[in-house]
Amino acid sequence: MADTYHLSSASLDALFAAILADGRRILAPTDRDGRTELNPVTTPAQVAKDYVQTALSAKGTVFPRVEQLLSYRTGQGQVELTDAEPKAVPTVLFGIRPCEAAGFQALDAVFNWDSRDKYFNARLAQVTVIGVACTRSDDACFCTSVGGDPGSEKGSDLLLIPVAGGYLAEALTDKGKALVALAPDQFKPGDGADKVALLAQVPAAFDQPALTAQLPALFDSPLWADQALRCVGCGACAFVCPTCVCFDLQEEADPKAGRRLRAWDSCGFRLFTLHASGHNPRDTQGQRWRQRVYHKFSYYPERYGMLGCVGCGKCTRACPVDMNLREHLTEAAQAQVKA
Amino acid sequence: MAEPTFEPKITAFVCNWCTYAGADLTGTSRIKYQPNVRVLRLPCTGRIDFMLLAKAFARGADGIIISGCHPNDCHYTSGNYHARRRWMVYRNLMDFMGIDVRRVTFSWVSAAEGAKWAELVNEVTSTIRALGPYSEYKELVQAGVE
Amino acid sequence: MELREKAKQLLEAGTVKAVLGFEAGTHGRRRPAFARSAEQAGRLVLDDGCRQNLASYVTRKEIKRLGRLAVAARPETLRALLQLLAERQVREEDVLALAVDADGGVTELATAQAVEERLATEAQVIPAEDRAMLDRLAAMSREERWAFWQGELSRCVKCYACRSSCPMCYCEQCTMDCNRPQWVPVPSHPLGNLEYHQVRAMHLAGRCVQCGDCGRACPVGIPVHLLTFTAEESVHSQFGQRAGSSAKLDYALSTFRPDDKESFIR
Repeated sequence: MADTYHLSSASLDALFAAILADGRRILAPTDRDGRTELNPVTTPAQVAKDYVQTALSAKGTVFPRVEQLLSYRTGQGQVELTDAEPKAVPTVLFGIRPCEAAGFQALDAVFNWDSRDKYFNARLAQVTVIGVACTRSDDACFCTSVGGDPGSEKGSDLLLIPVAGGYLAEALTDKGKALVALAPDQFKPGDGADKVALLAQVPAAFDQPALTAQLPALFDSPLWADQALRCVGCGACAFVCPTCVCFDLQEEADPKAGRRLRAWDSCGFRLFTLHASGHNPRDTQGQRWRQRVYHKFSYYPERYGMLGCVGCGKCTRACPVDMNLREHLTEAAQAQVKA
Repeated sequence: MAEPTFEPKITAFVCNWCTYAGADLTGTSRIKYQPNVRVLRLPCTGRIDFMLLAKAFARGADGIIISGCHPNDCHYTSGNYHARRRWMVYRNLMDFMGIDVRRVTFSWVSAAEGAKWAELVNEVTSTIRALGPYSEYKELVQAGVE
Repeated sequence: MELREKAKQLLEAGTVKAVLGFEAGTHGRRRPAFARSAEQAGRLVLDDGCRQNLASYVTRKEIKRLGRLAVAARPETLRALLQLLAERQVREEDVLALAVDADGGVTELATAQAVEERLATEAQVIPAEDRAMLDRLAAMSREERWAFWQGELSRCVKCYACRSSCPMCYCEQCTMDCNRPQWVPVPSHPLGNLEYHQVRAMHLAGRCVQCGDCGRACPVGIPVHLLTFTAEESVHSQFGQRAGSSAKLDYALSTFRPDDKESFIR
């Protein structure tokens, strides 16, 4: 049961100060040379004013683009192996959109599936999400087609809904309540306002359950190769995605010492499934594109009971050739299945 | 400011037929010179990939020397001409990206120029000593990994 | 003739199997589009928003399989096609260039010679914005340039959008992907980023047609095109040749002149 408050814009300053005084850093969308990017901030004034989304997602706080897993030294016939301890910095993410906040669940599904990833979990434990609901959307957004919406509570610890003079604040989890407890005087009693009226309207574009049900039959459809003709096979979509979780393990070593690093990877790369023999089960971009769609809309539901996509549209915005996921999925949902 | 105890690490990529032989002559001529250079012998300067220079800095070199046969004297006829073109472009790119090209010295030293090799090494060593360790680059190597 | 009309004509006559142009995309953007029938040709548009260098598609095996391709080509694309011809990556008969005219229509250029003649009438100029940036960087001290590039490259996530959108980065086994030895670190730490971008710029020296697609492709806004522009300018000013000027151009770094002049070799 969410606790609902009213938080004035002026109170936000006090809340930020209280968070910093508590020894946590605040990451928020900021304006930089025409871009909106997640950066450390100390006051609300530094937060970007009018943004739909950041280019990169916040997943880097729990799944960094480069992280060390272990290191080793050799000498005198011995190997000294050291597990890296994750440096989880207590962090408050401010200004995360509800779609992106929902992405943390999809990451969690993989990192805690059959083994518990200590790096992910250590970082996640230190992250508190202050989501800010959306009063506007753009052409790339499609949260409402994938079970989300501009005011969704999924994934946020504290959800702020912009209203005149400040925000309605919903403390949704223990972490959210703990945030309120940092500056209780700033949170005045609030009532549940009509969220729908306040927030962006994002019409649903396609019937996702129908699409998911149809995908197995569409596996051999020429649709995927057609859609992927313009795909250049980079990793931009996977890297900006809040739910993409594939990684590569790299060792950087010399005869005396080395370290093992985990880095982001993308199924869009040709190298992703290249075997040492030279055989590549996904040798064409069409097969790789199909994999991307199926992983998010067929295999994730099958394996984890949830989608691997939150409809944020970051992939569409980042793509150098405008592979618009909403468009492609709508086309797939409408595709005729060959008998 | 270099500390009094700072001893530069200088990596030298030299061709087998000219500079390496020239350096050998320096030795047989009993010419003393600064010991800070680690010599890496390659068949020809044409073989020197620009990435080797980048790797030298990444592996902790404070300075780099690249040296081979004089134009027209390459043992493989034209390797040094190709090397020259490559250096002209790479040096420009390095400088553009803010890498300290004062730490990179290109030279032609023939098999007969034992004295020139010693002079070159001494000069480069004292230049690098004055510039100090290439800490900026070394810091890069450890950075950015969470 | 207008692109749409020309595309319909070519496809109906069977002169080409596909026409690669542009169509309307998300939020007013333009994106590459393949028309394989007269009907699909109706989607094609051509305006100032159509900036991508479509030559990057002619070396891709999925595209080659379509058959003979007509490509809507601004000057940068024409240059890229000539450079690809010079590097033997495409055959003259496999691509029909549709050069973009000043009035927004297109003109067929079927041979390398026709493309060369057309390009001879258009000066290659680095866009003013990029020229200003290059001048600004040239005026900085070395330390300032280092700080600038370290700052920019700190955002690099090694997505390779730059590489993937470049018409000259067609190598099926890119040096980045080599792991015996792993020349360039894969992870996007500062060293990995610095080395990757150096390598890419060097591998484009004498080959970059200065289309700027790499910089536009970058999802985090790093002006990587300035690096490849610089490498190309370096070749042009020191060796007197221009990538994309001819279908018979030699690679600048595998040729030489005995009198190549520099000022820094002792």
